[in-house]
Amino acid sequence: MTALPETPLLETRGVWQRFGGLVANSDVSISVGRGEIVGLIGPNGAGKSTLFNLIAGVLPPTQGSIIFDGEDVTNLPAAERCQRGVGRTFQVVKSFETMTVIDNVIVGALIRNTVMRLARKKAYEVLEFCGLAARANVLASDLVPSEKRRLEVARALATEPKLLLLDEVLTGLTPVEAQTGVELVRKVRAAGVTVLMVEHVMEIVMPLVDRAIVLNLGKVLVEGKPTEVVRNPEVISAYLGDRHAVGA
Amino acid sequence: MDANFAQRRRRDLIMAFCLAVIAALVPLFVKDVYVQNIMVLTLMYAALSQSWNILSGYCGQISLGHALYFGLGAYTTALLFTKFGVLPWFGMLAGGAISALIAMALGYPCFRLRGHYFVIATIVIAEIALLLFQNWDWAGAALGIDIPVRGDSWLKFQFARSKLPYFYFALALACIAWFVTWWLEDSKWGYWWRAVKDNPDAAESLGVVVFNSKMGAAAVSAFLVAVGGSFYAQFVSYIDPESVMGFQFSLLMALPAVLGGIGTLWGPVLGAVILIPLTELTRSFVGGSGRGVDLIVYGTLIVAISLALPKGLVSVFSLFPWRKEAAR
Repeated sequence: MTALPETPLLETRGVWQRFGGLVANSDVSISVGRGEIVGLIGPNGAGKSTLFNLIAGVLPPTQGSIIFDGEDVTNLPAAERCQRGVGRTFQVVKSFETMTVIDNVIVGALIRNTVMRLARKKAYEVLEFCGLAARANVLASDLVPSEKRRLEVARALATEPKLLLLDEVLTGLTPVEAQTGVELVRKVRAAGVTVLMVEHVMEIVMPLVDRAIVLNLGKVLVEGKPTEVVRNPEVISAYLGDRHAVGA
Repeated sequence: MDANFAQRRRRDLIMAFCLAVIAALVPLFVKDVYVQNIMVLTLMYAALSQSWNILSGYCGQISLGHALYFGLGAYTTALLFTKFGVLPWFGMLAGGAISALIAMALGYPCFRLRGHYFVIATIVIAEIALLLFQNWDWAGAALGIDIPVRGDSWLKFQFARSKLPYFYFALALACIAWFVTWWLEDSKWGYWWRAVKDNPDAAESLGVVVFNSKMGAAAVSAFLVAVGGSFYAQFVSYIDPESVMGFQFSLLMALPAVLGGIGTLWGPVLGAVILIPLTELTRSFVGGSGRGVDLIVYGTLIVAISLALPKGLVSVFSLFPWRKEAAR
């Protein structure tokens, strides 16, 4: 069954994740529309990464379901979700260190291109797109951190995802590098890819996203336009403590 | 960029072809049977190590139990021939197929283990198989199997008078193992294996089914090693569990690749060409006092190489421009 374009690309319905006694996600229901850039924010330990891993298929949720592109993908493993159009990056970069940059991207490209020549061509195009073409034949281990982040994005883009999950790709970069990153995310969306990004740095992410979802203590605290979210007393209290929220 | 890559691939192929031709001509000048014997073993270990390299070098699943597949190949061929009169040529294929199946059956539980735990499992399984064969009466138990040799025959693949047929077969085997590696290197599997080796989680997120990739690598690797084992059984015409399934074979498959450059196309060949003649010669010249000296040579070499050239000997050859970027 092909999904109607109006349906959201991604939906989580009442998702719970427990690790022993720890509840990392409780009853999280979010949706991401086609063509949106959605920011997933929240203080440390809010359950952002867990939710991300559930969406990417690293582990199945304890309870609840995940609907992607109109299909229930709750029990599909990560590789299968990639096949269906979920691409992701990792918070701690996971480049294939002994492989060249182009070879890293080819691994991603192979899922849609079985002919090697075409996979290689696709990988070059993606590297061009991400501004890494000049580094194509360098070993991934020789890249500087900001380039590694971009390689993560390039590799995920080579799988031709419908939804790109970016896990703190802008964190830890210099302001200039972060700005280049922001432009890349905009370019990605302009190319028709929906983006869901976890981010810490509010001042960078807020102007970029269409919508922000704030997680706190495993629950959805608020969601809405970035300008509204940052003024929300609950959000301020979650980030800075109650005293500041009272002041607001 | 693309042209460079294709050019490098072609250069590898041409170089391999030239080396094979040169190797094929060597027996015209070297008539000494002892030296020919060493050449056969060198080529055989080059082939074995190349096959080992597929699973352990490219896919990163370090196996120190490949003696199992070597022994299975040898035993399948020898048993089929002595018990049922099946020609060794079919025995080779049967041995390869059985080994590939067993590799996958063992991989099913073992590939859930990571790192050292996997290595330990491979050693233990090979040792268990060795014990089973030592106690399996039908297969000759600890006494082994004597393959009756009745004159030279290509059909039965046995030659009493000359080493040359074995030499050419071993050369062909080394070429096949090299070519399979060369071909796989620029295939979907080749990229998937290297991705699995470097980072399984990232690989999975890019659509690589990690488990299946490991299974594929194990099957190909075990198949080729078993063919080598079948060849060895014919070559020595007498096998017993210790002489085809002993732990030293697992090591002798791993060491050339490690020495030459693990996970590289030329590493196993280079490693075998240096290591095997060296150990054979030390064994015969220093010999007499036992099996220890060649092991000291191994040990010293491995320590020296891992200190000086952690990426293996290939990294010093700009002559082998395959992955120049990898060597720097």
